[in-house]
Amino acid sequence: MGIEQKAGDMGIVTTSLEQLVNWSRSSAMWPLLFGLACCAIEMMGAQGANYDLSRFGMEINRASPRQADLMIVAGRVSRKMAPVVRRLYDQMADPKWVIAMGDCAACGGVFNNYAIVQGVDEIVPVDVYVAGCPPRPEALIDGIIHLHEKVKRMRLDGELREPVRLS
Amino acid sequence: MALDNATVLERLRAALPDAILGSTEFRGDLSVYVRPERIVDVARFLRDDPELRFNFLENLCGVDYLGREPRFEVVYHLVSFTNRSRICLKVGVEEHNPSVPSLTGLWPGANYHERETFDMFGIIFTGHPCLERILMPEDWEGHPLRKDVPLGAEEVAFTFNQDRIYAHKPFAKE
Repeated sequence: MGIEQKAGDMGIVTTSLEQLVNWSRSSAMWPLLFGLACCAIEMMGAQGANYDLSRFGMEINRASPRQADLMIVAGRVSRKMAPVVRRLYDQMADPKWVIAMGDCAACGGVFNNYAIVQGVDEIVPVDVYVAGCPPRPEALIDGIIHLHEKVKRMRLDGELREPVRLS
Repeated sequence: MALDNATVLERLRAALPDAILGSTEFRGDLSVYVRPERIVDVARFLRDDPELRFNFLENLCGVDYLGREPRFEVVYHLVSFTNRSRICLKVGVEEHNPSVPSLTGLWPGANYHERETFDMFGIIFTGHPCLERILMPEDWEGHPLRKDVPLGAEEVAFTFNQDRIYAHKPFAKE
């Protein structure tokens, strides 16, 4: 008989530190308020009552990068905005993650021109790309769940374990 | 009282005969081609003349006719609220010396329009108080609305060419 069964009545759970840290990181991930274009409307929809992003511990959008873990780049990034995006990313405390929401943030989308950065991954490292123009709230939530899975397989030294496939 | 175009043109020609190069009319809209160095005089006359009173600069923009001489054109639209009438002034700009006198002395609102035209076409407005880029980043090279600037920013990636494109794309590492 293991210690889990013996200690069950006393309200004690044993786990690894890694799992505990990853569980707390992924269960209360605070996004940075960062709506750049029409994708931001879908992001607001995802946070509203119908789709209810707070089920994933993400109901609180921070207006300050110092309090945020996750940057959801929702919309096209213009060349003039690019230094601002990078600066906000640099101001976020580690560990931090980035979701490129929508086609424009992922690859420039329909704006293949002089004014728009051709994918926000030229400026900041992106963890999850969410396709769509704009993606529906379900797609954004799916991307967030993928990110949670990614966070949960992070080792304490920062390396990633083998991917877990969501079927 | 609405003003007819013939009267406007007649008064303009009578006051500044050497400044007007020509005129066209299309569906009731009058366009006047003006000698570049006289654009301020023409605009001031149209604004201050007690009969005409074109006292509102509606917009100002540049056009690039690549391959034509003069290559660029600056287009001004003036409105007369009292006469319920509009006039379009056009100024040809040479490619080797792309400069036009600024209208900021007449209408302070011309400031941002001229900065945008400078930003997009590289047309220099002499006498402008602060001719800097307004839309593009300071370190952007060239003027994006010129016809010789490439239309697309990068090659579109498909499965057959994505390896070649992504090998050169400047991805952010950290």
